[in-house]
Amino acid sequence: MKVPSPKLTFWERIYVVEIIRGLGVTMGHLLKNLFRQSEMPTVQFPEEIKPVATRHRSRHRLTVREDGTPKCVACMCCPTACPASCIHIIAQEADAPWKEKKPRVFEIDLLRCVFCGFCVEACPEDAIRMDTGEVTIVGTRREDFIVGLDFLLHGEGNAWREGRPEEKPQPGPGEPLLPPSTPEEESGRGPRQVLRPKLPSAWETVREVKP
Amino acid sequence: MEPWVEWTIMGGRAAVAWVIPLMLIPLLVWMERKASAYIQDRTGPNRAAILGLRFGGIIHALADVVKLIFKEDITPARARPFWYNLAPIVAMTFALLTFAALPFADVLRVGGHEIPLQALRLNPGLLWMLAIGSFGVFGIVFAGWGSNSSYPLLGGIRGSAQMISYELSLGLSVVGILMIFSTIDLNEIVRAQGKLLFGFLPMWGVVVQPVAAVIFMAAALAEANRNPFDLMEADSEIVAFHLEYSSLRFALFMMTEYVHITVASGLTVTLFFGGWQIPWLTTERLTGSAGDLALAVPALLVVLGLLVLLSLVLLAPTRRWHRTLQRLYVDARRHEAKFWTVVLLLQAIGALALGAYLFLNPPGADGLAAITAALQFVSFMVKVTFFGFAFIWVRWTLPRFRYDQLMALGWKGMLPLALANVVVTGFVLLLVGK
Repeated sequence: MKVPSPKLTFWERIYVVEIIRGLGVTMGHLLKNLFRQSEMPTVQFPEEIKPVATRHRSRHRLTVREDGTPKCVACMCCPTACPASCIHIIAQEADAPWKEKKPRVFEIDLLRCVFCGFCVEACPEDAIRMDTGEVTIVGTRREDFIVGLDFLLHGEGNAWREGRPEEKPQPGPGEPLLPPSTPEEESGRGPRQVLRPKLPSAWETVREVKP
Repeated sequence: MEPWVEWTIMGGRAAVAWVIPLMLIPLLVWMERKASAYIQDRTGPNRAAILGLRFGGIIHALADVVKLIFKEDITPARARPFWYNLAPIVAMTFALLTFAALPFADVLRVGGHEIPLQALRLNPGLLWMLAIGSFGVFGIVFAGWGSNSSYPLLGGIRGSAQMISYELSLGLSVVGILMIFSTIDLNEIVRAQGKLLFGFLPMWGVVVQPVAAVIFMAAALAEANRNPFDLMEADSEIVAFHLEYSSLRFALFMMTEYVHITVASGLTVTLFFGGWQIPWLTTERLTGSAGDLALAVPALLVVLGLLVLLSLVLLAPTRRWHRTLQRLYVDARRHEAKFWTVVLLLQAIGALALGAYLFLNPPGADGLAAITAALQFVSFMVKVTFFGFAFIWVRWTLPRFRYDQLMALGWKGMLPLALANVVVTGFVLLLVGK
């Protein structure tokens, strides 16, 4: 297809005048941005943070009742709805007569999560919400991103990474396993293993029977 | 003069001609990044800092150098090693050599001696510039051939074709200047531009040869491989002629580009914008050798006064900036404005002290000559930096020419115009009877 090019006038064809006009345009931008730096659209990110929209799906949180207990009744609706299989709940019997269960373990693997919000839609108790406004979820190893009940209920900012266990040096491929370094590890009662979400069918609901 | 003094002066002259383009590289890189950012409504580099001092982003140039030094230096397995290794050296060497013939101040007359303030005191200085300047394209051609890769080869071919087309217009536009000033000694050309036309207008090249000035600047952009003539480096089409280069070899090409800008702006300034001339203040009037009052000290006092004024005027914005920093940052950067306040105050005090000293102890003939040379050097550097900025400014304004448009402009537009300019200049000179 032949696209007709616009007919140029004589002054446009000798370039010089148009070039000077163009230079004026760019110089205008330069001077405006030089003397009105505060009006520049760039946000200096770590120092200035733009608030996210209220309907933005950010990091999850678990809501609490007036007495401080989690609203969650471990009904398993959210792990069922979760397309990424990133929610892992172990239920236990609740101590109040008016509710059956409460979560003993409630873990979300934030690396697997696709932030679809289906868990929020599925929850019958309004126990899980995605309205913290946190979008910078930072960690240095995979375990950092598996967050548990405490953090989801009360955690703010990146506080969830404080007090985590020391990182152990991992043996490289082909190297012998490292010897146990602490008495707890020696006796086999090491720090609590992180529960990784397996396939949903393999998940089990542990009911602790009171004597 | 003692031989060792002579040798020291000679070495110093060479060093200055070597150091000016090299020192301007980080400044030009910074200008390119920051000016392009502001032109495009971005902030540009503002993160890298040493002890919280960011110098407006110029520290990023240092970070770039560190990065380039520590990158792996690769020679492609199928490259032609001799040409491949020679190319960056050739490019850089000839770019730096071109600057050697530019005078950065008038001949310094101290104690009965004459010290030419240019690295190479050549009678045919202009021919040297044209000859060595066109060698610069060999770096590009060698890089294209030595890389043994199709895109760099295309870049090299484009480079050589463009050089042939634009070298002609460049040379012919200079002919007009030669006819008017009737010398090819660059320092004499600059001296001749100190005369006045009609008694009030400095006889700069751009005043007496405006058409040649436009053609020359366009051709100089092409010589420096800058937009809108950066066909050999067209990132969006053929990536660049230095596609196969990494690490410091790439850095050499990168630096060559900015040395080319310095050379091109130095040439433009020398031929068309009065070189080291300060308008209306010739060397004779500055040193007072013509018999009237020496204007060097008053001129220097004016410059120092402007410096003091600028420092004091900038104090208020620095204060506002300090408050912004206090609000934004929690690390060492929040104290940056304090440093600049101290620098501005020291600058003002230093300028005042120097001015007072000069006022109380008027310098002798040698001192006047030295002050004159310093003022002229500052004038030259201000002009060169401005035109370096102008080349960057043009780059971020204009799109690249298509190859056929480039050739059409060079052969059908600029070459006939340059020839016509020569003819018209000749007629006018004949009529004036010069």
